[in-house]
Amino acid sequence: MKKIINDPSAVVDEMVKGLVFAYDGLVEQLPDTNVVHRKADKNGKVGLVSGGGSGHEPSHAGFVGKGMLSAAVCGEVFTSPTPDQILEAIKASDEGQGVFLVIKNYSGDVMNFEMAKDLADMEDIKVEYVVVDDDIAVEDSTYTAGRRGIAGTVLVHKILGAAAEEGASLEELKALGDKVVSSLKSIGLALSPATNPEVGKPGFEIGADEIEFGVGIHGEPGYRREKLQPSASLAEELVTQLKKEFNWQSGDSFALLINGMGATPLMEQFVFTNDVHHLLQKEELDLAFKKVGDYMTSIDMEGISLTLLKIADSKWLDYLNAPVTTIAW
Amino acid sequence: MIKVETAKKWLDLFIEQLLENKVYLSELDTAIGDGDHGNNMARGATALKEKLAEKEYDNLTDLLKDTGMVMVSKVGGASGPLYGSAFIEMAKAAKNDEQVALADLLQAGLDGIQKRGKAAQGEKTMVDEWIPVIEDVQNNQLTTEKVDEYVEKTKPIKATKGRASYLGERSIGHIDPGAASSGLLFKTMLKAGVADE
Ligand SMILES: Nc1ncnc2c1ncn2[C@@H]1O[C@H](COP(=O)(O)OP(=O)(O)O)[C@@H](O)[C@H]1O
Ligand SMILES: [Mg+2]
Repeated sequence: MKKIINDPSAVVDEMVKGLVFAYDGLVEQLPDTNVVHRKADKNGKVGLVSGGGSGHEPSHAGFVGKGMLSAAVCGEVFTSPTPDQILEAIKASDEGQGVFLVIKNYSGDVMNFEMAKDLADMEDIKVEYVVVDDDIAVEDSTYTAGRRGIAGTVLVHKILGAAAEEGASLEELKALGDKVVSSLKSIGLALSPATNPEVGKPGFEIGADEIEFGVGIHGEPGYRREKLQPSASLAEELVTQLKKEFNWQSGDSFALLINGMGATPLMEQFVFTNDVHHLLQKEELDLAFKKVGDYMTSIDMEGISLTLLKIADSKWLDYLNAPVTTIAW
Repeated sequence: MIKVETAKKWLDLFIEQLLENKVYLSELDTAIGDGDHGNNMARGATALKEKLAEKEYDNLTDLLKDTGMVMVSKVGGASGPLYGSAFIEMAKAAKNDEQVALADLLQAGLDGIQKRGKAAQGEKTMVDEWIPVIEDVQNNQLTTEKVDEYVEKTKPIKATKGRASYLGERSIGHIDPGAASSGLLFKTMLKAGVADE
């Protein structure tokens, strides 16, 4: 393992300190926690809190700021944060109208955030949440923990953040969140695994000439391995999977997010974007919003994911385009 | 009746075993999860060691409650809330009945795990360790060999809960890491003599 770190078990603490130092005009660290909280005036709106294991930077702390998240809870690498820390984030984000949580669908995250909600209830803070499960690589059945939450989560942050900024109530955010999540689908692929600094070894093994479709952002297994192939055929596979899920019609309006996994250069991301563009153009989709870059990474994994959000309401585009002050949007 | 000194000895041994088996538990989790179970439990064990050194405990409830709180706030992942709920529910059981029998104490812990994680028997989780162990404790026939046997028995199960469920068929043939760490809990319970009281 070759990484710019000190003690592997101190990586998250040190990263949070560095981030907060670098962006001290925007964010602050809540004392004795790894919660990154925005430095914006409180004006009686619903707070928006997300978080999860670290290793997905800029998620989620990079999206803390006016118009997006009120706070992000940074867990240990690939490990859900604990209820006491989530509770601190909730308390700091409450402006009197309650707090909305955006949770990625992993057993650990759901349990820890639910426990934090129980604790907040005892402190008389109203809390609602949405669980994001956009990864279509997973079978959604009673035989799995359900679909995982991956890069599409960032679009949920943006839409709900803009709605909260506009003054939406907790109940309105819940309804909006559920609707957005049901219109959101993603799928990824990996060329090489991530190495969790605390583990010291790559999360899985894969041949130098192989790729795996459907790998999760913690290196969870995908659905198929193949030999490395040109970007155009990789894009075709991912678009085909999304098409099966959406059953779209020509003219349908979508937001597009192409996300790098951490060690895939922007050069390759844009090559892939060009291929996706051609494929979706053939489908005659209206790509009303587009974003490309590292949004939900997996430490140093080489790979990419493709997210589409079916725009069910043109208001969602306003929310996506609304100005924000964050580190990474 | 379970003496607080004996329970303290149990936890001390459990802490020691978690630290000793950190790499092993993470290796089990690398095969069917995300490779952090040993690190998570070791982080909890280190924090628990510090917590338990802070004061002398004179009752089982406080000891179990503090243990639960440390688990919840330090372990993280899925196992943090699960072990945390187990110890907090055991603390409640000890509070309601100072003479609580070991099997009833453990049953309260299992109820906590199942309430939080909603896993039934046969889903390849720590629940598959707790259920047969509690049965044996009830019948006074738990042995170290049996604890190990139940851990081993998670191998052929196909996971339908937790991260391992993403593997489907490929989760077959591997020990469940949470069942293995629970195995350490029950072996140290026997070693400390909790079952003899
Ligand atoms: N819903 C559940 N009910 C009971 N036990 C579970 C559940 N989900 C996961 N587990 C247990 O947790 C263990 C994994 O813990 P850990 O690796 O620390 O957390 P994570 O899965 O979040 O990485 C599994 O081996 C399993 O025994
Ligand atoms: Mg794990």
